[in-house]
Amino acid sequence: MSEPLVGVRNLVKHFPITRGILFRRQIGAVQAVDGVSLEVERGETLGIVGETGCGKSTTARLIMRLLDPTSGEISFEGRDITRLRGGELKSVRREMQMIFQDPYSSLNPRKTIGSIIGEPFAIHGMHKDKAERKQVVQTLMETVGLNPEHYNRYPHEFSGGQRQRIGVARALALRPKLLIADEPVSALDVSIQAQVLNLLREMQDRFGLTLIFIAHDLSVVRHMCDRVAVMYLGKFVEVGPGDSLYGFPRHPYTGALLAAVPVADPAAHGSERRLLSGDVPSPAFPPAGCRFHTRCPKAQPLCSQKEPPLEDKGSGTRTACHFPLTREEVAATGVRSAL
Amino acid sequence: MSASEALGAPSAAGLGEPLLRVEDLRVQFATDDGIVHAVDGITYQVHRGRTLGIVGESGSGKTVASLTTLGLTRQQGAHISGRILFEGRDLVGLPDEQLRAIRGNEIAMVFQDPLSSLHPLFRVGAQLIEAVLAHRSVSRAQARERAIELLGLVGIPDPAGRVDNYPHEFSGGMRQRAMIAMALANEPKLLIADEPTTALDVTVQAQILALIERLQRELNMAIVIITHDLGVVAEMADDIAVMYAGRIVETAPGSVMFAGPEHPYTWGLLKSIPMLSGPRAQSLVPIPGTPPSLIRRPSGCHFHPRCPYAQPDHARIDPALEPVPGKDDHHVACLLDAADRKRLWAELQAGRMPDQALAATGLGGARP
Repeated sequence: MSEPLVGVRNLVKHFPITRGILFRRQIGAVQAVDGVSLEVERGETLGIVGETGCGKSTTARLIMRLLDPTSGEISFEGRDITRLRGGELKSVRREMQMIFQDPYSSLNPRKTIGSIIGEPFAIHGMHKDKAERKQVVQTLMETVGLNPEHYNRYPHEFSGGQRQRIGVARALALRPKLLIADEPVSALDVSIQAQVLNLLREMQDRFGLTLIFIAHDLSVVRHMCDRVAVMYLGKFVEVGPGDSLYGFPRHPYTGALLAAVPVADPAAHGSERRLLSGDVPSPAFPPAGCRFHTRCPKAQPLCSQKEPPLEDKGSGTRTACHFPLTREEVAATGVRSAL
Repeated sequence: MSASEALGAPSAAGLGEPLLRVEDLRVQFATDDGIVHAVDGITYQVHRGRTLGIVGESGSGKTVASLTTLGLTRQQGAHISGRILFEGRDLVGLPDEQLRAIRGNEIAMVFQDPLSSLHPLFRVGAQLIEAVLAHRSVSRAQARERAIELLGLVGIPDPAGRVDNYPHEFSGGMRQRAMIAMALANEPKLLIADEPTTALDVTVQAQILALIERLQRELNMAIVIITHDLGVVAEMADDIAVMYAGRIVETAPGSVMFAGPEHPYTWGLLKSIPMLSGPRAQSLVPIPGTPPSLIRRPSGCHFHPRCPYAQPDHARIDPALEPVPGKDDHHVACLLDAADRKRLWAELQAGRMPDQALAATGLGGARP
């Protein structure tokens, strides 16, 4: 067994809530990520799904070291990178790149496409010769399906889908080993989404990339990912191979998410859906015990007292639940997966 | 006008006079760059208690069409033609004052972004009371009672306490519920919901859609739901109209549309989204290119530059929305032969790519 490319152990990120101007004191913390552990194998695609505010983007930013964790460990290729600084951090960052959600705000409007895609080279002092850099950038543009003649154009001259291609080209410039895509298609029109998803898959095959794919769209995640982690209020509630997780979700939250997805096929609309009630609680005051117990249809007194560990329940996924779903219950919640 | 007469009628047979009937509606905006043909001759109708889903991407004109129904595009240098018949009255030429009596009363709208459609400086209750007082001669106290009742109706917990909250104290789902409460304040006959759940998470989206369906049953409302999400229309709509570049390119009852879509654009939409109910290995077939500018629209069939099956003369001929042979409730604006379309869709369903499907049907790939 080779070591995983990325290892994360007990990662915690609390954002302090402070009060007072002269005498700032902390009165609480938003527990954005609260004890997340995961391993990403080389070449695989790991999906992280969850609703707004569940901490999936924070997790990505922690792995990228764009945020400093409150506690926990992050390793990359077996090396602890949690406390790296300066030049050492810079050299690790070369190996991991990110694609952002909003193709409008993630590109500098005053720079040409050529200099945006060439920026990673400038930062890392590569391809210093001007003509050579232009050549490399244009090859990259061609790779992601952009016209290399548009080298001197500005971001506003491109559509959303093309801008996302620019983002992909920039992320690929340094030939990273790890690519983190944070909601890469959710700002795009339906007809354009597939272009970008196909591009990501093609680039992954071509460059042997390891991909962490973050999205709220369960269908897109199923399409893209080998393994999926479902996140709720800063914790993973279920992790496992996509087929197991979508075919037989064990955590009631996973089941509820799957049941809530509208399916573009009226013939599939059989059973009445069981809907989750209420909203996600505030991450500043997460419920005690299992964080999902306030909305869980199966909650028992134990759920509000004892936090369930993430463990194997014998169906392929690891689930943090005292009373995981049974096959009958999965059928009754109206999960539309055809597996 | 043969197409427009038949449009939507068969599935609604026996339902009597439609509540809303839009006929050949055109909306154009004059801009510095030229005339924007936002809506270009669309015709549809909705009956009481039924739901029409309008599907399209950004810039397909779906929002402008419904804003025009409410008279909300009037002041923007728009040129509007055609007819919007609501209970037999034409809203296009109606004086502003009379339109105001209908808007928010008999026809209400729910917008996409609940945060920007609620006034941040007024309490949610005050905004609901305003909606009630605008159309009812009741006392302020009675209007407040109604506001609390409405918040309860849309499932906001502790409505009597929440009525005095400001919008920022509500979560996204609760704001959208409050918007729906406001739209329902006067028990409208027609509810226009423009991407009502796009800004929401899936579990909240499911709650809101279930809420809209429940209220429709209780109030026998007609609903026009505008969305880019084919899953949402499949769940909600009785009839579906697909819009592209300001026109309706295909329309049919939901079950008919999903059983056998006829327009290559509809195929593209269906094949470019991964489906939870399909096999995981399915390959996505994107629609090449990008939606056209509504100022300089492509000649002939507006979809031909992006259509993998376009023939040379499709760049010249503008297709009309016509019934699919043998099906009078299914209309499509496509120049391909009906038999060819059937074979192409069968090939696509079998997992073949557009160029393979084209070769298999022997149409020839002579793209213009």
